[in-house]
Amino acid sequence: MSEAKSTPRPLSPHLQIYRWTWTMAMSVFHRATGTALYFGIALFAIWLVALAAGPRVFNAVQWFFGSPLGLLILFGYTWVLMHHMLGGIRHFIWDLGYGMEREQRIGMARFTLIASVALTLAIWVVAFTFF
Amino acid sequence: MADKNVSMRTPLSRVKGLGAAGHGVEHWWVQRLTAVANVPLLIAFVIIVAALAGSNYARALAIVSHPLIAIILLLAVISVVNHMRLGMQVIIEDYVQDNGWRIVAVVANNFYTAVIGAACVFAILKVSLGRILL
Ligand code: HEM
Ligand code: HEM
Repeated sequence: MSEAKSTPRPLSPHLQIYRWTWTMAMSVFHRATGTALYFGIALFAIWLVALAAGPRVFNAVQWFFGSPLGLLILFGYTWVLMHHMLGGIRHFIWDLGYGMEREQRIGMARFTLIASVALTLAIWVVAFTFF
Repeated sequence: MADKNVSMRTPLSRVKGLGAAGHGVEHWWVQRLTAVANVPLLIAFVIIVAALAGSNYARALAIVSHPLIAIILLLAVISVVNHMRLGMQVIIEDYVQDNGWRIVAVVANNFYTAVIGAACVFAILKVSLGRILL
């Protein structure tokens, strides 16, 4: 029989001890954006249910999303989604065993932030130009 | 022997890494599977929503009830709802220390994601089947 024993768990200092780095910031962002998407998707559910409910409810909900506050929320949701998606793709790269070197890690972390802003602006420009 | 924190688990069970409930790898894997599925589905979702921007009722209904759009939206909802349920469970397990509250939070997470999923699926089916049947 093998002997069952547990190794003592290591302890680590708390968060505020660490200096902020790009990788840490984008790691936090991935969790924060995942959480924002988690609650924000309720708005999409409301919109769909309103569409299924009929024109009266739908017009009220559509009016809200077209209002300045509604547009701001949608713009924010687009950015959060793009950031989380790029962060997720970064996770896939790591899962496949690549991109672990210091320069690569920092480069990918910067890329997620810059590309997420660029993609969001591009989506809104396209949406306003063509639709 | 000073360590009172003796584990019941064998070394084999530890390296298999399935965790106490035996679902650790599955959780991780389905999180990745749904994340991979999310990429094309949410790109499509963003395009669909952009097309919906500012639509009136008739146009929005026509877009969402189109069979191809309805199928893409259904797949996106199923993938996202599973993905966000697993993701939020990890966050809860990381931060909610108290056993009782952790169970409450995990149950609430399951209920919330199930309600979101059911509402979206029902609404999509209603408008898309309504287009065929009514
Ligand atoms: C705003 C800061 C945050 C940072 C630095 C951060 C970064 C992260 C990330 C990316 C993970 C997931 C790690 C993984 O994939 O396993 C994580 C888990 C964790 N975060 Fe945070 N998250 C944010 C909020 C917080 C806060 C506010 C705390 C504590 C007060 C915290 C402490 C932890 C701990 C203890 C874990 C679990 C460690 C692990 O999963 O290995 N985080 N954090
Ligand atoms: C756009 C495509 C998406 C991709 C590629 C993606 C990818 C990922 C990946 C790889 C993780 C695991 C991160 C880790 O292990 O630390 C994750 C976590 C998560 N995702 Fe997504 N995701 C996407 C969309 C979404 C959406 C739409 C939602 C919610 C509606 C969501 C909610 C979450 C949550 C809550 C977590 C847990 C965050 C954490 O543990 O730090 N994701 N995502």
